[in-house]
Amino acid sequence: MAKGEIVMGALAPHPPHLVYAENPSQNEPVSEGGWEELRWGYERLRKSLADKEFDVIIIHTPHWQTYVGTHFLGVPHFKNLSVDPIFPNLFRYNYDLTVDVELSRSIHDHAAKTGLHVQMMENPDFRIDYGTITSCHLVRPDWDLPIVCISSNRSRNYFSVEVMQANMVKLGQATREAIEASGKRALLLSSNSLSHRHFTEEPEVPEDMSQEHITNHHQYLWDMKMIELMCSGKTREMIDIMPDFTEQTVAETDAGSLTWLMSALDFPEYQGEIHAYGTVIGTGNAIIGWDPASA
Amino acid sequence: MNAAVAGKEASLGEAVADEPTAANSVTLGILVPGLPHPLLCPEKNEGWQRVRDGFATAREQIAASGADLLVVYSTMWPSILGHQFQANPTPEWTHVDDDFHYLGSIPYKFRIDAKFAELAVTKAKARGLHARTVAYHGFPIDTGTVVALKLLNPDNELPATIVSSNIYANRTETTVLGKALRDAVEEQGRTVAAVVVSTLSNRLVTEPMEPADDHIHSLKDDEWNRKFLEYLEKGRLEDLSQLSRQFHDEARVPKVVAFKPFWWWAAFMGQANLYSGTVHAYEPIWGTGSAVVSLEPAGESTGDLEYDEDDPEFYSGDREVLDLHDAPSMGSLPGGNED
Repeated sequence: MAKGEIVMGALAPHPPHLVYAENPSQNEPVSEGGWEELRWGYERLRKSLADKEFDVIIIHTPHWQTYVGTHFLGVPHFKNLSVDPIFPNLFRYNYDLTVDVELSRSIHDHAAKTGLHVQMMENPDFRIDYGTITSCHLVRPDWDLPIVCISSNRSRNYFSVEVMQANMVKLGQATREAIEASGKRALLLSSNSLSHRHFTEEPEVPEDMSQEHITNHHQYLWDMKMIELMCSGKTREMIDIMPDFTEQTVAETDAGSLTWLMSALDFPEYQGEIHAYGTVIGTGNAIIGWDPASA
Repeated sequence: MNAAVAGKEASLGEAVADEPTAANSVTLGILVPGLPHPLLCPEKNEGWQRVRDGFATAREQIAASGADLLVVYSTMWPSILGHQFQANPTPEWTHVDDDFHYLGSIPYKFRIDAKFAELAVTKAKARGLHARTVAYHGFPIDTGTVVALKLLNPDNELPATIVSSNIYANRTETTVLGKALRDAVEEQGRTVAAVVVSTLSNRLVTEPMEPADDHIHSLKDDEWNRKFLEYLEKGRLEDLSQLSRQFHDEARVPKVVAFKPFWWWAAFMGQANLYSGTVHAYEPIWGTGSAVVSLEPAGESTGDLEYDEDDPEFYSGDREVLDLHDAPSMGSLPGGNED
């Protein structure tokens, strides 16, 4: 069996607004558009993947929050309705997806060997979080590939960003080892925003783009700093300043997704390709791809 | 007076009754934890069973209270866009907890008072809050609310309203939210049981554990929990509201900006210490301090508390603190003491 590989890793944020703006048939609410910059960015990411062959999408999601270890989907098929608890007016999505349970369990097992607390989620009534659905839809709207979904262990809340990162580095390594052992080709997604301070009010027309901007300049500056490091191959430095960034901008990097991705990619020194940066209800979102073939 | 202030006063004038209102429109307060173990597997730990029994006692109290509405404030329902009120009249789903999915699924069908939710939104807006109803099939009602309603109101004897906990809200906003709900209760003339879904200390055991090994995560958490329970038994709800920031620092994992439930609870019930409290259960559930507590309005203050030993709803004038014969326990002094 050939050695498995990561064909690309991507920062793929999950504002449900982007799905709402696309008006896919699976989503009940109907919009007049909006957030084109980010949606065009996802289009560019999809184009960059067009000539890549891969077997599975592995996603680490901030919106499946677990406190007793890291959990992995362990049921082969899920079909249900996902309603965003924060923006139910925008996201009520009928999903139908498959899970690569074999690879999911393999990552689980590799992670367990590193000392992480891990658990398979085997309840068929479980509802998939809207972050996973949003990122996967925007990257692969045909839903023709199985996914592996990894929960966000909230060790940052219990300890610190540093402890969270130490755990996510282990999880990223375990993910890479399991992929290589599987012989499969995988796309990895870190499903998170950067700065994450929201507006607490929504325009009457949610897609009114005259109302959209970063919550404050300070967040913008931090986001640009992080993007600069990611796009210049200084990912270890980016991880080093992650604790400050996370604290200063209430960043969604607290979930560990981006640290997991960088570790799985072995902290790329090649440039990440930025496809877009834009704000959604005040939060900062970047779409960035890392192609190991460009190393 | 500037225009903004004038507008605020005019708006409040519509929302708040001019006359003092009945102090006992919220006739009962119930604190319950939101973890699923007492619902799904009480038999696995004696303490979880005692919490389950505490829910049963609280349910009996609700039935005896004359309440015609349950208002549920759940710390496990976070919101960002202001404050959300559940307004689907019959939400129905099969719920699975994110962490404790292996304990099983929880099918539910609840009875929601949508009209009350609409009025609560109106009252919240009148007090300057951003608020809205949510009424969508499949809206994810949180584990805590599901557990509370399944155990406190299993046959939907009473309609319920559920209100979210805004992640950015701090003390003032949360206090105003409680008052807004009280405005709605008073306008409709309802008799309400206020249900707060929250653990005390919230630090979970983060490792796999045998149920028999459950324990409060630390001695410090346990001591703070017991201090809060001591106050609750004395009915000192407003004092606990004032201690919330300290408790947040000492015994809470800071997932959100503040420990809000006691702010809401005190504001909704009347910002007083005039209650009679009963602790029905206090046990660890996966490391957290999980208590079932009830508060009922007390007929008479003990007179040795803080600023509000008098009626906090209607001001009866200056209190002569040296006139000890005014203290309930002192009785009246013999006449002829004018000198």
